[in-house]
Amino acid sequence: MASLVGSRVERKEDTRFLQGKGRYTADINIANQTYAVFVRSPHARAKIKSVDTSKALKSSGVVGVLTGKEIAEDKIGGLIAGWAIRSEDGSEMKVPANPPLAKDVANFVGEPVAVVFAETLDEAKEGAEKVKVDYKVLKAVVDPAEAMKSDAIHDGVDKNLCYDWLLGDRKAVDEAFAKADKIIKVDLINNRLVPNAMEPRACVVDYNTASEEITLYTTSQNPHLSRLVMSAFGGVAPENKLRVVAPDVGGGFGSKINVYNEEIVCSWASKKIERPIKWVAERTESFLTDTHGRDHVTHAELAVTNDGKFLGFKNETIANLGAYARVFGTVTPTYLFGPCATGVYVIPAAYSNVKAVYTNTAPVDAYRGAGRPEATYTIERLVEKAALELGIDKTEIRMKNFPTQFPFKQTLVHTVDSGDYVAGLEKAKQMADYKGFEARRKKSEANGKLRGIGVSSYFEACGIAPSAAVMSLGCGVGLWESAEVRFNPTGQISVFTGAHSHGQSHDTTFAQIAADELGVPMENIDVVHGDTDKGTFGMGTYGSRSLTVGGIAIVNACKKIVAKGKRVAAKMLEVNEDEIEFKDGEFVALKSNKKKTIGEVAFACYLPGQRDEMKSPIPEGDEPGLIESSFFDPANFSFPAGSHICEVEIDPDTGNVKVEKYTAVDDFGRIVNPMIVEGQVHGGIAQGIGQALHENTQYDETGQLMTASYMDYTMPRADNFPEFNLGFTCTHATSNPLGVKGCGEAGAIASPPTVMNAVIDALGGQEISMPATAEKVWKACKAMKKSNAKAA
Amino acid sequence: MKSFNYHAPKDVKDASKLASSNSAFLAGGMTTIPSMKLGLASYKDVIDIKNIKKLSGIKVSGKSVTIGATTKHAEVAASKDVKKAIPALAKLAGNIGDAQVRNRGTIGGSISNNDPSACYPSACMALNAVIHTNKRKIDADKFFTGMFETALKSGELVEAVEFEIPEKADYQKHPNPASRYAIIGVFVAKHKKDVNVAVTGAKSCVYIDQDLSKKLSSNFSVSAIEGMEVKSSGMNSDMHASAEYRANLVSLYAKKAVEAC
Repeated sequence: MASLVGSRVERKEDTRFLQGKGRYTADINIANQTYAVFVRSPHARAKIKSVDTSKALKSSGVVGVLTGKEIAEDKIGGLIAGWAIRSEDGSEMKVPANPPLAKDVANFVGEPVAVVFAETLDEAKEGAEKVKVDYKVLKAVVDPAEAMKSDAIHDGVDKNLCYDWLLGDRKAVDEAFAKADKIIKVDLINNRLVPNAMEPRACVVDYNTASEEITLYTTSQNPHLSRLVMSAFGGVAPENKLRVVAPDVGGGFGSKINVYNEEIVCSWASKKIERPIKWVAERTESFLTDTHGRDHVTHAELAVTNDGKFLGFKNETIANLGAYARVFGTVTPTYLFGPCATGVYVIPAAYSNVKAVYTNTAPVDAYRGAGRPEATYTIERLVEKAALELGIDKTEIRMKNFPTQFPFKQTLVHTVDSGDYVAGLEKAKQMADYKGFEARRKKSEANGKLRGIGVSSYFEACGIAPSAAVMSLGCGVGLWESAEVRFNPTGQISVFTGAHSHGQSHDTTFAQIAADELGVPMENIDVVHGDTDKGTFGMGTYGSRSLTVGGIAIVNACKKIVAKGKRVAAKMLEVNEDEIEFKDGEFVALKSNKKKTIGEVAFACYLPGQRDEMKSPIPEGDEPGLIESSFFDPANFSFPAGSHICEVEIDPDTGNVKVEKYTAVDDFGRIVNPMIVEGQVHGGIAQGIGQALHENTQYDETGQLMTASYMDYTMPRADNFPEFNLGFTCTHATSNPLGVKGCGEAGAIASPPTVMNAVIDALGGQEISMPATAEKVWKACKAMKKSNAKAA
Repeated sequence: MKSFNYHAPKDVKDASKLASSNSAFLAGGMTTIPSMKLGLASYKDVIDIKNIKKLSGIKVSGKSVTIGATTKHAEVAASKDVKKAIPALAKLAGNIGDAQVRNRGTIGGSISNNDPSACYPSACMALNAVIHTNKRKIDADKFFTGMFETALKSGELVEAVEFEIPEKADYQKHPNPASRYAIIGVFVAKHKKDVNVAVTGAKSCVYIDQDLSKKLSSNFSVSAIEGMEVKSSGMNSDMHASAEYRANLVSLYAKKAVEAC
């Protein structure tokens, strides 16, 4: 039987999605449901003097109004930071309380203050308008660099500093810098992004007054984790009385990791008002309250020799956490950022120092790539600038500093198990016709255009593991994944996974894996996820972990099925277990060539007997049934890597930047489904080009979000992209039995510096910040003209 | 959205009768509906005029192209008659918003709303359009009176827009990358006697750039306006574009339009 792993199997889920049969949270309606509308702070920072609900309660159709006071009285816990980070001086990070409904103070525009439930959505909206909140407006802290000099937003958080974290050795770095021929410096802003999942957040809650069980349908990337957090920290209900279902979810990108205010409030309130509740975010609410991404201010330096060897690296970053520390908010700018900031290079001495600050803006958390795009942007801008300043070809300087031996002990934290960075860059150069660039540049020049080429070589650390290691770094949970493979008596198989698909195509890829392991057609396999009542437990999907962690749990559970199947088949065929070989779904007795299919074995496991004879196929010590589970905790992160090359053409009259060519060569180890992987890379590059050229979250000085709709926030669109030219190299991961590496975030990690390096190359090395919008580029072109004129 | 009374009259007279200070005419609804959904606007009566047959359609005479108020952008863009008589107008309509917008949005809605970044007002100005309402005929330069403001009075409804067929014309736009409205749009029309350069997006309301128009009237060529500085004073400056950038674009796109004529 041909292996399914590695083939371009069409997506099983496309049928329902393309036919409009997807079932999203907003599609779910429960008889007698009420509609929730949240009253949100219009101010970035304000004291809540009083909340008057009397008029709202009298409003037509209103069933109930709840505020921060009631939720505090019921001792419902708030939102949490999932990762404890220590400062350089050993002190613990400072985390303010984040109540689900603000009671005394509101800290960003959109923070929920009260909630209104009514018979219809319109009545709930009408009621919400009648809730009168008396605010005392305070001066907002918006700029992260200013935050450390501003008044403390939260009591006890001096200088608005959550932590001042250091990774690496300052002294060693100083010594390395002292030996350098040249110090390359960059000042960078990693622009804040709004994730913009196509499906806005939503929840539907149903409280069963008889069983006292709460069922929460929600837009989550990790339903089990939501249940755990709501139960353990929220105190909403014990875990056995709380069922969390994340049905079809229309994109997450990290923004649906968190347990949000609205889910906690609606779950708590459903029990209180004894009615089901439905809440669906409007797009403006998504802009204001979904966790945002990035938002770093970085100064970084690279110590180099004249012949382009890297000696040392410094990274001083201020990370904006927004108003509160959320689930991955504190780790994203530290362990997910700092270690990767030295990139794919041998740099003997390095440190990353990160100051994380609170501001009166929406909380910032993991967003596709989470820390690694910021890291890659930092090092790859430095490397490109070093090439320019030293007069060395930009690919040559990279090659010169790549490790050639694997495992590669990276300067900070990671030991990269496998890779071949030289092969990746060589292939990218060839595919991008790197040599032919100068001719293309001249041609552009003849047309009055500026053409630039940019390179970025990256590695990233995803599929965060093992649990003991991540918990030693402050993580509040282990990052293993579970799977259960249930072979039904009549031969169909349900594969339960703790990972969650919200665009990742698990229905297809996980079925491919299980089909190969069990030797059955993938049509016989259903992948089940997203329901705490169905799967055992799971950590969910983020950080490119589903395949490298969750997929392996499936493999291991399948192997257990086969192992038991072997024992049963041996008994059925009356041979010793070691005389049985399992191949293509059949257990074969090697000597006699007698066979039992895995379906026959499964059937025998459930119906272990026969008429007229006392005979069981189940060996002594085994139990009936054919269900196996596995909890997989990998030995290490997985380390995808690659090189991307981009060419842009700039119209100096308008400043318009056109991405002319984009080549990506990635090493994701063994690839399960090339078509789906290509889709992941396309999406990631699109988001990265979005960050580099288009997307820009802007708050004004009072903390109002200026870009709170698609009229003002530029999402990249199809006509912003060329056709992506993709290639792959392959070195197998050694940390998992499939040899796979995560592929979900790589595109978004590699592309922003690739594009910016190309833009800056076109501008003759003139630095420009992201997003490189037309006006910014136009101004840079004017400056370039002036300086060229002067030089002439 | 607040509750409202929905009306779908069959003729203009009935529509007019239903109008009050607390009503809105609804055509494509491209601005009215989002405004109502966001709670920025609410009306007692919404008068849907899409069922009034006489308001839709395109007529071409020897001198002019007349487009009914509820004619959709997509219809204008695809019209063979418009393409033949004033290709620039078809081009303008074909680049408004996206396919969904073009299949709902109407010319009457666009000019009645008079968004400072809308495309159509520039065509009206440059093509010496006459706006036919149920009460009177208004010249374009008297029609667009300010930001989101027009000469229309309460109960007055645009029925059609009559464009003068020029000798040559072109429309060039620098779209806002987010909304794809015009950061600036320049409509250049060369008529028998003179040239009009109408600019949208740059200021609070569409206007004729007199300097550019004058220069081009005496010499219709790119070289005539080469090096001519467009002043940024009075131009919009916002997070999408500074006044200085807009001024640069006006002069640039005016040249592009002349070149394309």
